[in-house]
Amino acid sequence: MQRHLISAADLTRDDAVLILDTAEEMARVADRPIKKLPTLRGRTVVNLFFEDSTRTRISFEAAEKRLSADVINFTAKGSSVSKGESLKDTAQTLEAMGVDAVVIRHGASGAPYRLATSGWIDAAVINAGDGTHQHPTQALLDAFTMRRRLVGRDAGLGRDLSGKRITLVGDILHSRVARSNVDLLHTLGAEVTLVAPPTLVPVGVETWPCEVSYDLDSTLAKTDAVMLLRVQRERMNAAFFPTEREYSRRYGLDGDRMAKMPGHAIVMHPGPMVRGMEITAEVADSDRCTVLEQVTNGVSIRMAVLYLLLGGNEPAVTHTRTEEK
Amino acid sequence: MSKILIRGAKVLGGEPQDVLIDGETIAEVGTGLSAEGAEVVEADGRVLLPGLVDLHTHLREPGREDSETVLTGTRAAASGGYTAVFAMANTFPVADTAGVVEQVYRLGREHGYCDVQPIGAVTVGLEGRKLAELGAMHESAAGVTVFSDDGKCVDDAVIMRRALEYVKAFGGVVAQHAQEPRLTEGAQMNEGVVSAELGLGGWPAVAEESIIARDVLLAEHVGSRVHICHLSTAGSVEIVRWAKSRGIDVTAEVTPHHLLLTDELVRSYNPVYKVNPPLRTERDVRALREALADGTIDIVATDHAPHPHEDKDCEWAAAAMGMVGLETALSVVQQTMVETGLLDWAGVADRMSRKPAEIGRALGHGRPVSAGEPANLTLVDTAYRGEVDPAGFASRSRNTPYEGRELPGRVTHTWLRGRATLVDGKLA
Amino acid sequence: MDTEQQKQQYESDARPVLEAPDIARVLTRIAHEIVERAKGADDVVLLGIPTRGVYLAQRLAAKLQEITGRAIPVGSLDITMYRDDLRMHPPRALARTDIPGDGIDGRLVVLVDDVLFSGRTIRAALDALNDIGRPRAVQLAVLVDRGHRELPIRADYVGKNLPTSLRETVKVQLAEEDGRDTVLLGVKRTSPDGPQ
Repeated sequence: MQRHLISAADLTRDDAVLILDTAEEMARVADRPIKKLPTLRGRTVVNLFFEDSTRTRISFEAAEKRLSADVINFTAKGSSVSKGESLKDTAQTLEAMGVDAVVIRHGASGAPYRLATSGWIDAAVINAGDGTHQHPTQALLDAFTMRRRLVGRDAGLGRDLSGKRITLVGDILHSRVARSNVDLLHTLGAEVTLVAPPTLVPVGVETWPCEVSYDLDSTLAKTDAVMLLRVQRERMNAAFFPTEREYSRRYGLDGDRMAKMPGHAIVMHPGPMVRGMEITAEVADSDRCTVLEQVTNGVSIRMAVLYLLLGGNEPAVTHTRTEEK
Repeated sequence: MSKILIRGAKVLGGEPQDVLIDGETIAEVGTGLSAEGAEVVEADGRVLLPGLVDLHTHLREPGREDSETVLTGTRAAASGGYTAVFAMANTFPVADTAGVVEQVYRLGREHGYCDVQPIGAVTVGLEGRKLAELGAMHESAAGVTVFSDDGKCVDDAVIMRRALEYVKAFGGVVAQHAQEPRLTEGAQMNEGVVSAELGLGGWPAVAEESIIARDVLLAEHVGSRVHICHLSTAGSVEIVRWAKSRGIDVTAEVTPHHLLLTDELVRSYNPVYKVNPPLRTERDVRALREALADGTIDIVATDHAPHPHEDKDCEWAAAAMGMVGLETALSVVQQTMVETGLLDWAGVADRMSRKPAEIGRALGHGRPVSAGEPANLTLVDTAYRGEVDPAGFASRSRNTPYEGRELPGRVTHTWLRGRATLVDGKLA
Repeated sequence: MDTEQQKQQYESDARPVLEAPDIARVLTRIAHEIVERAKGADDVVLLGIPTRGVYLAQRLAAKLQEITGRAIPVGSLDITMYRDDLRMHPPRALARTDIPGDGIDGRLVVLVDDVLFSGRTIRAALDALNDIGRPRAVQLAVLVDRGHRELPIRADYVGKNLPTSLRETVKVQLAEEDGRDTVLLGVKRTSPDGPQ
């Protein structure tokens, strides 16, 4: 059995629902005077971040600490990694200190998969975002947020997102969030539509379990949740789109566009937002926007994943794709 | 040098015959030849081919002796049945002067496992800006006739045109590494279904095809010949087929790995499958095999690219591109071309010996197996089946994509001008 | 998880020690004892330990309401993440922890469980309570006490003391979960795969 979480595509429907249900219970811990559980006492988790991502690291760190794990933070900048030490050596060095799990963020797609399958280390590997490949805990927290808002906090327990219509807008090509969400939302029964200028849709997207549209306005009216992906300004220089103004006119979400969405529909963003580009301040600050809930939910989801992978003598989450040979 | 009688060998896969080597040449081919005064090699129905010729080998010396040297690379070549290899110019320093090519040439001669024919760089430092001294390299002891910036594309159309024109003066050929640089910035693997899923930078087929299209038109315009390195896409095949139908003097090579492997393997993120040009799709593999069979693609070339372990034992993006190939090439060709019925052994001899020798002007190589010819020969046990074990490689590097894979065929003997370089699978 | 066949086999071998009317009677008795010892049960909060302790707590709350005429706060306390044997099993699915609105600070918390055995579950429950608030006092009510304590823990209210051997099993079935009310005493069978 696998002890890793590398890709959202590895999760079965039942695995995903178990994680979401577990996260609901974890969320209740946040409402208590003592926001801490003894569950991972004596276990050591290292947050191995080769890429700057203060948000994700803090979220994992909060989850680890609430479960009483011992936490080691390792950031590549200023370390031996910047002096040329390899991923393999870094990971082996950390494992020699006795870690039970490695939470890894890496700029290279597939780095967590290599770490988990190359025999370099024995620790469990949790992917905290790799290149433009996957970010499974982000997809889980997004699905958790959708289930709470669109199905209900208690009503959602044990249920998936069958029939919910989700639209992802923005830089699909470079987005690990998009890939993870497409995989997980499809597993959970949702209907996913990607909206982007054709330059930001990957060649080969036709095999993904989703629809692709170049027109945001025609999609919004049939959407239960719209997720805006960050569009980096430097993409302009590589001719992915002409100007910031043109991008936001065609693909940005403003108040007028939001008004076309059904009344119950929500607006999501994995953060950090580029206000004025993919989202206007009016939308970002509206009560339909779940950005801060997503941050809160991220801690609960990561607690659930850590508990289910590390809380027992073997993991409770099964995997299909990343099985060790 | 004494006589050697190879008894009962299927010459080019035909009926068993005896082949008598006397000194450096083949003395006689026939049946029931006398063994008197000769050392006898019982071929037992193994296939005898002319010594293989590789138009595309990276020997890494000078500069990267940690991955391969002329000695280890030529020993690997002899193990794989090769009697001549063309050494690519992307060494440190680059083989862009008469001095460097002569050094590589001389090292090959001294070691004696395999003739080494250096390839000269087209441009100084492979930088694509200024023509290297192509004439001086040709006139040197190395007698360079093939020029390539392999590893990099001669992407500037004017430089490419001038190079094509210039080498006409001495019958040279430019071997193009077809890769449009802007279209492949950040490229990590074939662009398609798998790259979309894995989130690895896409390497579009058009980046190769657009350069090939341009270069065959340039070759036509200036009336020169051009050789296309490691052609890897179905579209490239179509362009070369069209160019040949117009009478353009173009030749093309395909690597063994592009005849067998696809980008599905990249799902493992194992950098042993990282190579330039990248592994493509099943459809491309089919087109390449057919093109090699019908002669659109002229030759098989290994693109033997040794890398030290640490350059592959890492994450995909950080890994070096390339695979070793000299010691597995013939087995892969047997599996993909012979056992599929696309080529017979005479066809293999043509694609792996005669034509590459002709393109590179390797004198004395790629000749028929008949009396009076140089005794450059390879004996292959085609009935053999075995898993590839890199630990047994003669190459200094182990970056093979075939580890643990069962492949057919095994070279048992190689003779370079009548001298055995490989005997019963062991280097002499 | 038992197969249906194993379950039927077990139930045919096992002997009922409490039937539905007995269970109703002992719960009524416990309710009266709580009122008496808590001097009217003004500040009592009942917390059931999932799964069956929660239903017992709800039944006790109903009986307390009958006796006192007031609604008694009732909730659930999942102790999974406080267990001391987490690393001996795969992670378990979590059950609901549901603390009544006014909390437990300064109240008399009565923990309710079906069977008191080693005492480890109650130890975990006390740890869990500690993270939730500071009760005035904590008491324990169980339907069955089968002995064999491994920790210095005792129940304040016991439905039935049932002396058992370690080879025996005690199984509580409740209508809400199992379709009927009964307590079964059986004999542990060891399968070729190891102890059940």
